[in-house]
Parts: sequence; C-alpha cells; structure tokens
Amino acid sequence: MIAAATGFSQTKIEYAAVVPMLVIFGVAMLGVVIEAFVPRRLRYVVQVAVTLLGLLAAFLTLIFSARDHKAVTAGGSVVIDGPALMFQGTVLVLSFLAVLVMAERFDTPSIDAFTQSGASVPGSPMETNAVRLGATSTEVFPLVLFAVGGMMLFPAAGDLLTVFIALEVLSLPLYILTGLARRRRLLSQEASMKYFLLGAFSSAFFLFGAALVFGYAGSLNFGTIAAAVSAGSGRDGILIPGIFLVAVGLLFKIGAVPFHSWTPDAYQGAPTPVAGFMAACTKVAAFGAFLRVFYVAFPGMKWNWQPIVVVVAILTMVVGAVLSVTQTDIKRLLAYSSITQAGFILVGVVALDRQAVSGTIVYVITYGFATIAAFALVAMVRSGGNEATHLSQWAGLGKTSPVVAALMALMMIAFAGIPLTSLFTAKYAIFSAAVGHGGTWLALIGVIFSAVAAFVYVRVIVLMYFSEPTGDTVVLTPSALTGIAVTVAAVLTVALGVFPTPLLDMAHNYSQFMR
Amino acid sequence: MLSLVGSLPSSDPGAVTTAATGINQYAWLIIALPLLGAALLMVGGKALDKVGPLLAVCLSGASFVLGLIMLLHTRGMSTQDRGIKSHVHLFDWIDTSSLHVAAGLRVDQLSLTFVMLITFVGTLIHVYSLGYMEHDPDRRRFFAYLNLFVAAMLTLVLADSFVGLFVGWEGVGLASYLLIGFWNWNPAYATAANKAFVVNRVGDVGMLLALFTMYLTFGRLDFDGVFAAAPHASQTSLTWMGLFLLIGACGKSAQFPLQSWLGDAMAGPTPVSALIHAATMVTAGVYLIVRSHVIFDAAPNARLAVCIVGAITLMFGAIVGCAKDDMKKALAASTMSQIGYMILAAGLGPVGYVFAIFHLVTHGFFKAGMFLGAGSVMHGMNDQVDMRRFGGLSGVMKITWVTFGLGFLAIIGFPLLSGFWSKDKIIEAAFVGEGWRPWVFGLTALIAAGITAFYMSRLFFMVFHGKRRWTDDVHPHESPLTMTVPMMILAVGSAFLGLILGPTGIIQHWLEPVTGHTEGASKIPSALLMIITFLLVAGGVALAWLRYWRDEVPVTPPVGSIATQAARRDLGQDDLNEAVFQRPGLYLTRALVFADNRGVDGASGGLAAAIGGTSARVKRAQNGFVRTYALTMLVGVVAILGVVWVVQ
Repeated sequence: MIAAATGFSQTKIEYAAVVPMLVIFGVAMLGVVIEAFVPRRLRYVVQVAVTLLGLLAAFLTLIFSARDHKAVTAGGSVVIDGPALMFQGTVLVLSFLAVLVMAERFDTPSIDAFTQSGASVPGSPMETNAVRLGATSTEVFPLVLFAVGGMMLFPAAGDLLTVFIALEVLSLPLYILTGLARRRRLLSQEASMKYFLLGAFSSAFFLFGAALVFGYAGSLNFGTIAAAVSAGSGRDGILIPGIFLVAVGLLFKIGAVPFHSWTPDAYQGAPTPVAGFMAACTKVAAFGAFLRVFYVAFPGMKWNWQPIVVVVAILTMVVGAVLSVTQTDIKRLLAYSSITQAGFILVGVVALDRQAVSGTIVYVITYGFATIAAFALVAMVRSGGNEATHLSQWAGLGKTSPVVAALMALMMIAFAGIPLTSLFTAKYAIFSAAVGHGGTWLALIGVIFSAVAAFVYVRVIVLMYFSEPTGDTVVLTPSALTGIAVTVAAVLTVALGVFPTPLLDMAHNYSQFMR
Repeated sequence: MLSLVGSLPSSDPGAVTTAATGINQYAWLIIALPLLGAALLMVGGKALDKVGPLLAVCLSGASFVLGLIMLLHTRGMSTQDRGIKSHVHLFDWIDTSSLHVAAGLRVDQLSLTFVMLITFVGTLIHVYSLGYMEHDPDRRRFFAYLNLFVAAMLTLVLADSFVGLFVGWEGVGLASYLLIGFWNWNPAYATAANKAFVVNRVGDVGMLLALFTMYLTFGRLDFDGVFAAAPHASQTSLTWMGLFLLIGACGKSAQFPLQSWLGDAMAGPTPVSALIHAATMVTAGVYLIVRSHVIFDAAPNARLAVCIVGAITLMFGAIVGCAKDDMKKALAASTMSQIGYMILAAGLGPVGYVFAIFHLVTHGFFKAGMFLGAGSVMHGMNDQVDMRRFGGLSGVMKITWVTFGLGFLAIIGFPLLSGFWSKDKIIEAAFVGEGWRPWVFGLTALIAAGITAFYMSRLFFMVFHGKRRWTDDVHPHESPLTMTVPMMILAVGSAFLGLILGPTGIIQHWLEPVTGHTEGASKIPSALLMIITFLLVAGGVALAWLRYWRDEVPVTPPVGSIATQAARRDLGQDDLNEAVFQRPGLYLTRALVFADNRGVDGASGGLAAAIGGTSARVKRAQNGFVRTYALTMLVGVVAILGVVWVVQ
C-alpha cells in the first residue's frame, strides 16, 4: 500500500519516537522468558521488579527521547505527536500504579488478587494441587505489559488497520486478566467470556466499518481519508455507515451506552486491581484513539457524526447516572460511575477543537488516578475471606477504619466533582470546551446528571460515616506497594484540584494533532 | 484631619514593586518551615512524641532567624530603596480569563514588623509550652497546632493579595479553633471553640463580601492592583469595601459587636491565650486595616466607622475588665480594650497608623508576658483562675511577680515603660482634628486609660498582694526555667521596647514607607495631655490600692451594684446575641425546616423516587445474559444507523 506503484522501498522508522513502545513490548517478551526460566520462588520478585522498571524505562524514554522526536513514522501508520505523547505517558504512569496494586500480597506468599492456577477448573484437584504447591500467577505481569503496549499504540495509530491491531493487542490480555480472579472464580470466568464475546462482536463492527471507509477513500490512512472526504466523491452512502461502525468499535472500549453492557459484569467479575486498570488505562487509550480517528480522519464529516456522538453522550450520562442509583455492589457502582464519566468526556469531545483535546486529556488523567485508588481501596475491605463488595458491608467503615474510609470518601468527593479535587478541574475543562462550541445545553445536561451521580457518591460517604458497623467487615493492612499507589493517587487528586494550572497548561501544549 | 494619600509620596499606592532580590526571595521559607513542622508532627505518629515539641521550637526559631536577617537586609537599604516593596512570586494560583491571582509574598516594613513579632513571641511561647504542657499526653498535637498557627499567621501577613491574606485568615481561624478546643473532652471548652468559630465566621463573611466588592470594582484582588485603582473608584464602593473589611477585622480582633468569643476562648491552654488571643491573631484586624489604608484613606465614612468601633470596644473592654474575677478573662477584656485602642488609632488615618502598629508591637510583648505570668500562677495554684482565692503571691513566686509587674506597669502607661510611649501617642493622636471628633475619641481614650490603670491594678493586687486567700490544697511554687525565661525576656521587652522604638523615632521612620505619616496638632498640648493622663492613671491605681490591697478582698464576690453585675455578664453581650440573632435564627430555621419538609423535600423526594424507579426498571435490561447484551448493541447500532439513514 505504501508505494505499490514505484516498487518496494524500505519504510523508515523514527526509532527515537517509538522507543517507549519498543521498550514495553521488549520487556513483555522478557517477562515471558522469565516465566519460563526463573525458579518459581524468585519469579514474583523478578517479575514485579522487571515490570516496574520496564514501565519506568518506557516513561523515561518517552520524556527524554520521544518528546523531542515527534514524527509521522512507520510509513504513516504510527503518529507520535503531542496528544499521542500525553496519552502514552498517562497510560504508563497509571499502569505503574495499577501494577503496584496488582502485586499486592497482603502478608501471604502468593499474589492476593489472582488465582493460583488460571488454567484449572474451579474446585478441581488440579487447583487444590496448585494451592498446595504455593503457585502464584506471575504471568499477569507480562500480560499487563502487552496490554499496555496495545494501549500505547492505540492513540498513536495513523491508520485504521493499526487502530484495529492495537485494539486487539490491548484487548486479548485484558480478556485473560479478567478471568483470573482468585475468589468467586466462576463469576470471573463468566465475566471474561462475556467481555471476550462482546469485544469480538464490537471488533467485527469496527472491521466492517473500516472496510466501508476503505471502499470510499481507497486508503486506511487517516490523512488520505481526510483528503478524500474533503474532496468528496458522492458516495456518502458507504462513508457514513463506515464512520459510524468504526465509532461503535471505539465506543465499546470507552464504555458508552448502548455499547456499555459488558462494563458492570466485567468489572464485577475481574480481579479488583484489574478492574481499576481497565477503568483507568483502557479509557485513556480508547479516548485517545477516538479523538485521533474523528479529529484527523473525519473532521470533514462533522455535521454527520457530531449528532451521533451527542446522542450517545446524553444516553451514556443518563443511563450511567440513573442505573448507578440502585446499585448495591461497590464494584458495579464504580463501573456505572465509569460509564457516567465517559458520558461527561463525550460532551467535550463533540466540540472538535484543541480545548476539547486538552479537556479530555485532563479528564482521563484525573479520573484514572482516582479510579485506580478507589479499586485499590475496595480490594482491602474484606468480609469472611472474600472482598466485601456489597455496600451494606461498608457501613460504619469510618469508625472501624478511618484511614481507608477517609481515602474512599476523598475519591467519592472527587468523582462527584466537588471543587478542590482534581475531577472538578477536569469537569470544568471538559464542560467549558463544550460551552465554547454552542454545546451549552449539552453541558447543562452534564451538570444535571453530575448532580444525580453525586447522590450515589455521597450515599457511600453517608454509609461509611453515619451508619453503625455491621460486624464481620475487616480491612487488610496493605504493604508499601498499595500504600504508595493509593497515597500518590490521593495526593494528586487533591493537588490537581488545588493547583490545576500546570496540568491544564501541559495538556494545552500537547493538544495539537499532527496530520 | 484627613490628609489624603496624594500628599504622601512615600505611601503612593503606585510605588514600585520589584522582584525580591537577595535574602528576600527566600521569604517563602519563613512560612514553609513551621508548616513543615506542623505536617511532620501531625503525621509523625508516636515516634515524634519525644523530639516533636523540640522540633517545633527549632522550626519556629529558624523562621525568626530568617525574618531577622531580612529585617537587617531591608534596614540596610538606602532610604530611597526602602519605599520599594520587594515581591516574591511563588506560582500562578488562579488563572482564568477574568481573574488572575498569583500566589506571592510581599516583603515590606509592615509585613516584616509582624514577622518579627509573630516569630519572636511565637518562639518564646513554644519554649514556654515545653514546660507548661510537659505532662500533657497530647503534647505532640499541641505543638503541631502551634506550628500550624504560626505558619498561617505568617501567610496572613506576608501574602501579597487579599486572597492570600484570606487563606492565612482562615488558617489562623482554624488553628485558633483547634487550640481553644484542645482539651475538648470538656464540653464547655468545646463549646467555647465552637463559639469562637461561629463568631469568626460572621467576620469572615464580611471579609468575603469585601473581596467580592473589590473584584466587582477593580477586577483584581492583589494589593498592587487594588491599591493602585482605589483612589479612582467611586465613593460608594470604597465605603462598602471599608465597612466589609471592618466587619472582617471585628470578627478576628474581637471588636464590638463581634467581641463575645474572646472571653470564652480563654478555655484554651494559657500559652495559646498568650500567643493567639493576645499577641498575634487578634491583632490581625489591625493589620488588615493598616494594610488596606489606601482604601480607608479614600473612604472617610468607613474610617469614621472604624474609629467608632474602636472607641466603643476600648471602653467596653475596660468596663468588663473591672468586674471579672477570673484572671484570664480579665486579661481577655483588657486585650479587647487595648485592641480597641489600636483600631481607633488605625481609624484616625495617617496620624495614627504608625501608633496603631507601635502599640500592637508593645502590647504583643507585655500582654503575652502577662498571660504567660498568668499561666505560671495557674501552674503553681492547681490551675485555679479565681483571683479571689489568690493574694500575696509576690512572696512565693518572685520571678513571676517581677515579670508580671513589668507588664502591668507597661500596660497602664507607667512613665518610660513601653505602654507609656505607644498608648499616650494614640491618645494624643485621638485629640487631633476638627469638630466633635477629637473631643469624643480623645476623651474616650483618655478616660479609658484611667480605667485601664484601675482594672489592671485590681488584677495585679488581687493576685500578688494583700492577704493570702488560698484554698487549703494549694502549695504555690515558682515555675521551671523553661517557663520563666520566656517571661523574663518578654518582661525586658515590655520595659524597654517602647523606649528604644518610640522617642527615637525608629518605628515611625521604619513604617513610613508603607503607611505614611503626618503630624497633626493636638487639641490639648501634648505636655499637658501627658500630665492629665498620668494623673488619671495614678488615680486608677490609688483606687485599686484602697479596695484590693489595703482592704480585705472577700472570698465570695459581693452582689455589687447594677453596673458591676452588668459588667460581670459582659454587658449583656451574650443576651443580646441570643435575642437579636439566635432566637430569630431559630424561628427562621423552624419555618424553613417546615417549608423544606413540605415543599422542597416533596419535590426532590418525588424526583429521587422517579429516578430510583426508572433505575430499577432499566436495571432489568442488565440481566447477565451475554445474548441480551449483544442484542442491546445490535439494536443500538441499527437504531442509530436507521436514524442517520432517515436524516440523510
């Protein structure tokens, strides 16, 4: 496709720009090798160390190399520009915290959140045997890294084919991770299956849409598509369904209504740290890809796709907020919360300008920190050996475990978008982007449903502080790993609310797409 | 009387503000060090129980040293350069299209004066607390709060905008609340803390309204911007601004009509009373008015209101002070009265600003010293405060007696001691002007000086002289050195600070670049005024001597005249508050609760039920079957595609 007429010419790759992704994929491969060759008792330490160092190294190369080498590279299929760097950096930082939470062992020899033998049938002799041998699922770390790699490629893809590959690279490890919960394994495996089936379903939509767009523009490259759209060929009949079907694939990952139904089931079944990782990082990558596809490839068709996104945004806010009201499971509540928040972001996305890009960046960053911390806190609260996910089990936590309750309250306050927390900054940024483009009424709907959602968050706080403890709920003392992750997230949640300017400025400076 | 800013080139609001150079750019450290101390002590846990208090003392001390270096640096500047305010930009804080506020510090003569007072007296009181709080199990928390207070107070005086000032303003309010209620296991103390907090909130509303008015009028909230634009603003908005600022000042400085919290605030540990409720925080209102002098200079009506509030409070405090038998409450009344003097001076305009600050500094020394003395007495007397059960302590607590005595002589204005130089100047300034004002304000200040001498002598004689009226179980003894050394240092300050700064003209020369200063002709020649004041003071002391030293002081308070009874009840301040604010508020609340239950709750409850019902119905769609989910997606896709197709 690159140079079919002139014969083969070698595609140039700007290695300095893509080195962070190469580092992540390289370390992920290394993780597979470690899994095969390092003795079992050392595996945990080595895997955690290598994963964290890999993420750190990727972040450093991002800052010191990729940042100075923005480029359209690999024959136009990878674009490293301002937004790509922002989204990639965000994914790296958030996954670093997520990995810290995933590695938590709570004073036991095996990783707490993951099953000791993923391949075994729940309750089978094979599982019992694995437990007796003290097995632990260290393979989750390379899986996470592959997912992270996909998430980095997703917002940096320069054509629809690369978008699709990135989508699959990030999704497949997530399907597996979802099915690896240690407790309530059947629920976890069911969630994994559902996620996989619906994911495959949406991928098919995406692929079909990409094919239609190719039929219209004769290319999958965003730049070429944009040129074809503005030239106009009269075959809008295949372009518009194509755009919409591409959007379906992306909106599925975003968790927008009506493509959201997997979210509560998957979040509830997945190991809690994985749910946090999915909620935070997948959303970052998916919004990055969504923005690039619609801002670079299809801006010429905005009169056609903007109304669709508006409808989806309203549906997402309404359904997410209304359904969260009756949730009794904290993980499902957080899942519906993530749906509602996605709706708020879509409100800004419609604006189609730099302010919308920077607003989205700010939103996914602030939401990511708060949500990772929230899921990490959920993982600590236990009742009878299982995670105490039913809301009634959180009653009176303010008395029995003031620190965890206070941190959870902080996250709830942040989700509600109360001033002086980071998500207030984000809401302000995203809604002002909408207001700037005649979307005042849309922002107004957003504000109204923020209020509905706030009811849900405040209810959790009320439950923790103004109800009597129920008795058998205990809070595990986390190790430094979770401690660091939660502390960093909490500090940032407050700091980005009190001093928002640096983040807003940075997001603005990195909001220009390279075409 | 009202010589305006325009005639004072040195205090021109448009004076150059330059970026700080040299040591001044590290001004943020002055705030950061005690703040760090507060943070460390709060999160440090039991590990810091032993060293924490010492750490707090050291950090507060370090701030003092830093402030002192800056003071010397500024002093060393040439006269011309001293008019330049050095400005430390920290970071862009609020940055919107219509409002820009940078977090920054302003290092000038006024803020440095306060930095010196806060850190010096603050550090001494930290040291004193080492001894006073030695046996308290929550010592670490106490020192954390003290450090927090110092940091907040320094923020208040160093901020370069009204927003920054407000942050410190709220910070000291919080620290004050925490420290008054430090022994919150006692419900009465917790109530006192709440009262202080609520009354301060009323003042804070005034402060906020002032900020809103400024934003409305000038669109800016930084000192430079506001002061540069103030002379061109309309008289109405300036007057409102001034009045709102005055309400703020009244709340924080316990001025009429927001004075009621200060007496109750004595529930806190005595070092707190010395630091916060005598030397520093309560003087924040004076700072606010002097700092905003450009606004007040341009709004004569607001300034008149300041004078009236000051005059009422100084008389009010003096009268209440005559009847109190609780040693700390008598001192609190005296504080209120003395701050009334300062507010009055600040309201007098350029003739008074310098003396307001001067009296504030000397008062900080002698009143803090006396409070520490009171703490020392309580330490030796099983924490009793009833002066009717004291008497004759001069024999057993020599150091406390002498140091307290110096503070006492200073406050009544004994010739050549600190109060003599600062208070007499205020009285003299009050007699400057035309019409009725000099007579009303001047005579009030003059008569109150006599009453001050009476009630302070009463306090001093009842505690240290006359017959011993101790309860049987007390064994008074002198306090340890950690407590007495700070008292001695403050006593030296009470004695000589006025002499050093006043007649030499140092303080006047020092503050002039910020506040400006004009001399005015007093209605009564100053030599004559000095003699009258002295006679009144001597009369007050003599009367107190007759009644409280020579005569027997009854152990149970006599019924007393109607005036005494009224003064004992703080001239009915709480009854007034209850009748005017509390009861109508209560009825209003009841009415609102009724309306809320019937009307608002009905509507919102209905809405909530509607949402909840919808939620329960829609929830059924989430039935757990993957086929249903896939169908939802498909229906969604088909529906939207259908709509798009129709619209095309």
